[in-house]
Amino acid sequence: MSLHQAKPPRVGDSPAVRRTLIALVLLVGAVLVLAPLIVIFVQAFSLGIQAFTAAIGEPDTLHAILLTVITALIAVPINTAFGVAAAWAVTKFDFPGKRLLIVVIEIPFSISPIVAGVAYLFVYGLQGLLGPALQAADIKILFALPGIVLASMFVTAPFVARELIPLMQAQGRDLEEAATSLGASGWRTFWSVTLPNVRWALLYGVVLCNARVMGEFGAVSVVSGNIRGQTNTLPLHIELLYHDYQTAGAFAAASILTVLAVVTIIAKVALERRGAGRRSRVSIAAPSMIAEEPTS
Amino acid sequence: MKIRLDQVVKSFDTFRAVHGVSLEVASGELVALLGPSGSGKTTILRMIAGLEYADGGTISFGNQDATTIPVRERGVGFVFQHYALFPHMTVSENIAFGMKVSKVKRSKKAIADRVEELLSLVQLEGLADRFPNQISGGQRQRVALARALAVDPKVLLLDEPFGALDAAVRRDLRIWLRAIQEKLGITTLFVTHDQEEALDLADRVVILNGGKIVQEGTPEDVTRRPNSAFVTRFLGDTNRLQGHARGGQIFLGGANVAAPDIRDGQAEIYVRPADLEWTGEGEGVHATVTRVIDRPDNRRVLARLDNGEPVELDVAPETRLARGDQGYLKIRRANVFAG
Repeated sequence: MSLHQAKPPRVGDSPAVRRTLIALVLLVGAVLVLAPLIVIFVQAFSLGIQAFTAAIGEPDTLHAILLTVITALIAVPINTAFGVAAAWAVTKFDFPGKRLLIVVIEIPFSISPIVAGVAYLFVYGLQGLLGPALQAADIKILFALPGIVLASMFVTAPFVARELIPLMQAQGRDLEEAATSLGASGWRTFWSVTLPNVRWALLYGVVLCNARVMGEFGAVSVVSGNIRGQTNTLPLHIELLYHDYQTAGAFAAASILTVLAVVTIIAKVALERRGAGRRSRVSIAAPSMIAEEPTS
Repeated sequence: MKIRLDQVVKSFDTFRAVHGVSLEVASGELVALLGPSGSGKTTILRMIAGLEYADGGTISFGNQDATTIPVRERGVGFVFQHYALFPHMTVSENIAFGMKVSKVKRSKKAIADRVEELLSLVQLEGLADRFPNQISGGQRQRVALARALAVDPKVLLLDEPFGALDAAVRRDLRIWLRAIQEKLGITTLFVTHDQEEALDLADRVVILNGGKIVQEGTPEDVTRRPNSAFVTRFLGDTNRLQGHARGGQIFLGGANVAAPDIRDGQAEIYVRPADLEWTGEGEGVHATVTRVIDRPDNRRVLARLDNGEPVELDVAPETRLARGDQGYLKIRRANVFAG
C-alpha cells in the first residue's frame, strides 16, 4: 500500500478501479461465454465416450455434418471470390453507385437471417416468383442443397469484402500502378502484388465467413425444410435432437460444431498474430510517411 | 528517346488539370517540371507514363505516336513519389519484378546478374535481402530507381523524387541522380515543387501554373530572365515594389531602374534580396531597418521604405546593422513587369 502511495498511478489508473474492472470483465466472460461451452462438452460426454461416438455415428448426424461441410465448401469459395471482386471494384475504381454498392454489401449484416430465409421462400417457393418456372424445369432449390447454400451465402456475403475494403482503401493504387508500369498484366498484378498484400485480411475474412456458414441457423432453417437425414445441417440437427429429448445426442452434435468453431477461432488468433506482426513492421516506416507533405 | 507533347489536355470531373500543353524533350535531356500544387505537373508526368490518358492532343516518343499506348507497353520507368515498393518482396525481388513479368524471357541467371549490376549502380550491394520497411527512405528511393531502370526504359519519369526525404539526404541524392542520368544518357523528366531542386538538377526547367506552361528554358534563362511576375516570385525570395514607368525608366524615390520595354504607367519592380545594396549615406531609396536575421551565409535585413513598403535584403555577415538604423538602398538588378 505504501508503495502505491509513494508512486501515484497515472491518470485513470487507480488500482481499485483497475482491479474491479478486470474482475468484473473476467467474471462476466466466464459466466456468459466460457461456462456454457464447458457445459456442452461435459454433457456430451456425460454418458461416456461410447455413448458419444454412438451419437455422432448415427446416420442422420453424420449426414448433417456432411451437409454442413459441403455447404461450406460451396458457399465459402464463392463468397470469397465475390468479396475480393467487390473490394477490388470499390477501392480501385470510381463509378456511380459506389456508395450504394457498399450499403448493399452490408445489408446482410443488419438484416435478420430469418428475413433472408423468408425472402428466398417468396422468390423460389412454389407460390413464389420463380417457383412455377423452376418446377416446370424440374429444378429444386428450396428444401434442397441449392437453397441451403444460397441462404448461407446471403448471410455471409459481407464478411470477406468488409475485411478487405478498409485495407485496400488504405493501400491505394500505387502498387498496382507500379506493377503495371513495370510491364505486369492485370492478372499478374493481382496475383503477385495485390493479393499478397491483403492475404492476412483475406484469410481472416474467409475464416469468419466459414464459421458463420457452418453455424447459420435462421435463414437455413426456413429454406431447408428440416428434413431429417436430407436437408438438416448441423445446427438444425442439434435443435431437432434437442426437441426429441435426445439430450446427449444434441450435446454431442453441438460439441462437434463447437470444435469447428474453436478451430476457427484458433486460426483467427494465429492469423491476427501474423497480421499484427506485419502491421508493427510496417509502422516502422510510418514516421517518414507522416513527414511527407502532400503535393499536387 | 525524344518526347513530344502537342496540345495535351486533361480534365478530372469538372476540374481542368492541364490546358493544351506542348513540350519537347530532347533525347538524353534531363528536364524538370516545376510548379506549385495543382499546377498539373504530376498529371502531365502521368500522361507521359500512360498512367492517365490525355483527353486531347498527342504524346509521341521518337517518331511514334504513344498517346494511346497503354502504360504496360510504353516502355517507361516510373519512380513514384512514395516509391510504391512492393512491401512483401525483398529489395532484389522488387528490382527483378519487371524482368520476371516481361514478355522478353530472361534466364534466372540473367535476371540475377542484372539485379546485381543495378544494386551496384545504386550502391546498395549489401541490402539485396532486406524488405522495404527495413531500409531508410533514401535507400528506398534508390531501390525504386533501380527497379524502374531494370526493364531498360526508353524514358525515366520521377514524381517528386526527393519529396519525402530530409534535406541532407535530398542534396546527396540529387547529385547522385544527376551522375547516374549522365552515365546512362536516358531521357529523364521529373516533377518537383522545389525550385532549388529543379535548378540544381535539370538541363531545362519547365515552369507550370494552372495547367499551363508559363516559361521553359535553362536554369540560367528562367532565373535571369523570368518572363512574368509569377515565375520571378516562384523561383525565389523577391521584393515587390510599386513604381511608375516613364520613357523606359522607372522612378522609385531616389533610385532609377532601366525598363526599356515597359509602357508608361504603373509598373511592378521585383528585386531579389541579394540584388539590393545597403549604404549608410548617399544615393538610393531611403529605408529603416526593422529586424536583422542571422543566417549561415549572410544576414537578412528586413527594412521599411518611407512609404511603408517592406523590403528584405541580404548583406555580408560582418555588416553592423541593427533595428532602427537608417540608410539607402541601391538596386543592382531588377525585373520589371507592367502593373
